[in-house]
Amino acid sequence: MLFYSFFKPVVELKNDLSICRTLHSVDQYLNIKLTNISVTDPEKYPHMLSVKNCLIQGSVVRYMQLPPDEVHKQLLQDAARKEPLPQKQ
Amino acid sequence: MADDVDQQQTTNTVEEPLDLTRLSLDERTYVKMRNDRELQGRLHAYDQHLNTILGDVEETVTTIEIDEETYEEIYKSTKRNIPMLFVRGDGVVLVAPPLRVG
Repeated sequence: MLFYSFFKPVVELKNDLSICRTLHSVDQYLNIKLTNISVTDPEKYPHMLSVKNCLIQGSVVRYMQLPPDEVHKQLLQDAARKEPLPQKQ
Repeated sequence: MADDVDQQQTTNTVEEPLDLTRLSLDERTYVKMRNDRELQGRLHAYDQHLNTILGDVEETVTTIEIDEETYEEIYKSTKRNIPMLFVRGDGVVLVAPPLRVG
């Protein structure tokens, strides 16, 4: 289930760093490229003032906060229902 | 030409643990995560890695502080509401119907 249309997710990492701004791309491993980033809570989180673009390893992501109106809930649910689960034989 | 096209129809039988999760789609669900975090939200999607998409989520982070003088454990919890959340599956420990405090 790959999603490309989420423009400004807030990505929360496992070290509690929260980054937001433009989602550039996502790959099959859920590595995330963000461009023109800004840190959501500059005082609380480590300072990344000089970083504009970043590539985040997928395994370090804890959450991604998505804009609710850009999500097709019905599509997601149908896709999850039909998702072929790994079959054991 | 043998072709098993569309062999994977949506099955209504519960065969695997993830089938139970499928029953909770579009329902309020409780998700327990690592680092003493809990989420309660409407389950919109999941996959075999337990990556999850939850809507109208309330996140609860529980921390234990130890009083220096009395050495007693103080449980504190912080709550947060997020309208739509993708959760990476490697942090998920448990997926269940919501806990009801009776």
